Amino acid sequence: MFSGFMNWVDARFPASKLFREHLSEYYAPKNFNFWYFFGSLALLVLVLQIVTGIFLTMNYKPDAALAFASVEYIMRDVEWGWLIRYMHSTGASAFFVVVYLHMFRGLMYGSFKQPRELVWIFGMLIYLVLMGEAFMGYLLPWGQMSYWGAQVIISLFGAIPFIGPDLALWIRGDFVIADATLNRFFAFHVIALPIVLLGLVAAHIIALHEVGSNNPDGIDIKKLKDENGIPLDGIPFHPYYTVKDLVGVIVFLFIFSLVLFYLPEMGGLFLEAPNFIPADPLKTPEHIAPVWYFTPYYAILRAIPSIGGSAFPGVLAMGLSIVFLFLLPWLDRSPVRSIRYRGPYFKIALTIFVISFLFLGYLGTQSSSDITFGISNTLHSQIFTGLYFAFFIFMPVYTKFDKDKVVPERVTD
Amino acid sequence: MSQNVDTGKRRFLTAAASVVGGAGAVAVAVPFVSSMLPSAKAQAAGAPVEVDISQLEKGQLITVEWQGKPVWLFRRSDEAIANLASLDSNLVDPDSQLATQQPDYCQNEARSIRDEVMVMVGVCTHLGCSPTYRPELAPEDLGPNWKGGFFCPCHGSRYDLAGRVFLNMPAPKNMLVPPYRFNGDNSVIVGENYEGAA
Amino acid sequence: MKSLFITFFLFVFSFPLMASEAVHFEKVDVDITDKASLQRGAKTFVNYCLSCHQAAYMRYNRMGKDLGLTDDQVAENLMFASDKVGETMTIAMRPADAKKWFGVTPPDLSVIARSRGTDWLYSYFRHFHLDDSHPMGTNNLTFAGVGMPHVLWEQQGYLAKNEKTGELNVAQEGPLTKHEYNQYIHDLVNFLAYMGEPSKLQRMALAKWVLLYLALFLLIAYPLKKAFWRDIH
Repeated sequence: MFSGFMNWVDARFPASKLFREHLSEYYAPKNFNFWYFFGSLALLVLVLQIVTGIFLTMNYKPDAALAFASVEYIMRDVEWGWLIRYMHSTGASAFFVVVYLHMFRGLMYGSFKQPRELVWIFGMLIYLVLMGEAFMGYLLPWGQMSYWGAQVIISLFGAIPFIGPDLALWIRGDFVIADATLNRFFAFHVIALPIVLLGLVAAHIIALHEVGSNNPDGIDIKKLKDENGIPLDGIPFHPYYTVKDLVGVIVFLFIFSLVLFYLPEMGGLFLEAPNFIPADPLKTPEHIAPVWYFTPYYAILRAIPSIGGSAFPGVLAMGLSIVFLFLLPWLDRSPVRSIRYRGPYFKIALTIFVISFLFLGYLGTQSSSDITFGISNTLHSQIFTGLYFAFFIFMPVYTKFDKDKVVPERVTD
Repeated sequence: MSQNVDTGKRRFLTAAASVVGGAGAVAVAVPFVSSMLPSAKAQAAGAPVEVDISQLEKGQLITVEWQGKPVWLFRRSDEAIANLASLDSNLVDPDSQLATQQPDYCQNEARSIRDEVMVMVGVCTHLGCSPTYRPELAPEDLGPNWKGGFFCPCHGSRYDLAGRVFLNMPAPKNMLVPPYRFNGDNSVIVGENYEGAA
Repeated sequence: MKSLFITFFLFVFSFPLMASEAVHFEKVDVDITDKASLQRGAKTFVNYCLSCHQAAYMRYNRMGKDLGLTDDQVAENLMFASDKVGETMTIAMRPADAKKWFGVTPPDLSVIARSRGTDWLYSYFRHFHLDDSHPMGTNNLTFAGVGMPHVLWEQQGYLAKNEKTGELNVAQEGPLTKHEYNQYIHDLVNFLAYMGEPSKLQRMALAKWVLLYLALFLLIAYPLKKAFWRDIH
């Protein structure tokens, strides 16, 4: 009965074929470790954000006069509205936690290297769109932090030479951030960017399944196959990784629920106190910091002093800090993918890079004039910005001359 | 690959995980589905409405809003009350058998708590238009047998002064009587049940 | 590698500690499940705050339900500004008038505990002092130059500031002792905290069940994974 139905479907739509190609006969390396949970978790969070987002849209009002109140309406008057809203606000931060760990995995095991350059590029585009999505979404509650955070970021565009001021005006659709800005950000946040995001996620997965997954050893498992053409070190994604990812999903949801139920504001990191004051164009909050996932870039922006009265160099540095990530597949000259078989130079460089990124993230939340460990935060930012860029700029050199180890034929563990 | 595979255990655990996971999915759906029910704001707007009827004269009709719908309150003359019984043979449901169209305490000839005061939702049971009040006797357009009632301009349904629909009309049921109660002699609370009723 | 991950989390989660304000207020322990305290706080709120401030997102009947009061009790004891329990706590004062009288429009207090924090509020209400240079005749140590007069003087009396030490001393006794007044303010702050997020009551009640469910699910999912992975070597 069921097989008859599937035959009917398969004659018209390749349902079984898709299931085989992407799940039951997609051979993934058998040595995935902890770091390989975050891809499926990112997909889970994406679904969560879309579903909760749809339900929030049913009650949210993208109108400067109504937006703040409509969020409180969701939190109080809509049945279970608070749960849906907290899922969405916690989900935003969870998305970045998961994506950052996913990207770090790629850095560590060389997942960006040939032949996975496009997987990496699509992933980076996803990251970029995600930042846009998060930025625009943060304006919607129309609190003080929403308003002034957006004000600062849009002003960045104003620093671009020649076209800057007109560009910023065009983005806002008004002389300050106003109803028009809120309305268009809403359109981008709920329609435009999610569509792009879904398309990019599809491209990311299609590209991955074309070349096959990397693994902690960075070995190409397709080199050694059995008599049936199945990689010796490969196992079908389904059921092996579906049941394994299920465990990951439950653990993730446990941590996610802990935050959602006990720390939805995360001490002001996920929901900031000034954002419980309605946006006021005439009064800037004392201390503006972007949401935590943007703070490393914010620190880089502030580290670069203006030159000739223009803030553009800082903006340029911030842009470059992301552009360099795109170039990674071509900057890395090592024949080895995984950190397990890399020499000391790369290990040191990656460690410094991670520390720089995290410390820049911390500095981005702090006032730039404060002193930490006896030096001003501005100088700190400058040092770590330098280290951040050094990781990329010197990569062709240190990866080329690194003392890489011999990569085994078969996966370990 | 399958020397030491315990398929029975696998099958059992797969079934258990499906059941527990499925139950979780249903539980997660609950908040999403119930978020689409009327919110506290909508419920507050639909809260009982108190209407002062001390100034309501015989034959006069006033409209109030309750749960976003027009609710009519009108005072019937003694003659109009007496006329109700004479119409029974021309009505679809003269005894108000259909329990969903009025509270128990209004399932009577006059479809009301007190004969002279009628309360009903002014929405035609056909397609939701609001009928017009035609209290006059035997007007030209409604014919010589008209003893006062309601006429729906959309599709011509006719009701008597107790909201009972006449035979062979597009509308299938009598008009709805909402829950209501009296608060003293001159005040009606629409949306709250009559004392002693559920 | 695992230690790197842990470091990352420690780092992220320790941000709020590092980012905390330089000024330290006395910590106040709020307990929004303490219905008696919330009821006392609500009484103070509607008597003193709700004449100039509103709480336009808070509904009377929701408050009654959460504080263990019937609609009739709410209507009799706590409703002076509205006539329907389904309504929110709005007031009749026009914002323009308020601005004229106080220099600023008194802010809506629905989420004040979330923007100011309960410690700040607890400190604020207890640190009004006489100050002739200020139009209202009073000022505040926590919020210098605040436009709000000391409306709770009927309870606390008046404090005066010692210009040398900066300390506040009693200038005019009120009916409440210092300890009683602290308790009185504690109840008010507790109520404001409740009002900032009434759904926190539901959130806290639901939390353990969700976590229990996930733990149970893990008890099945992990053996399931093991059962499949037995043949992978």
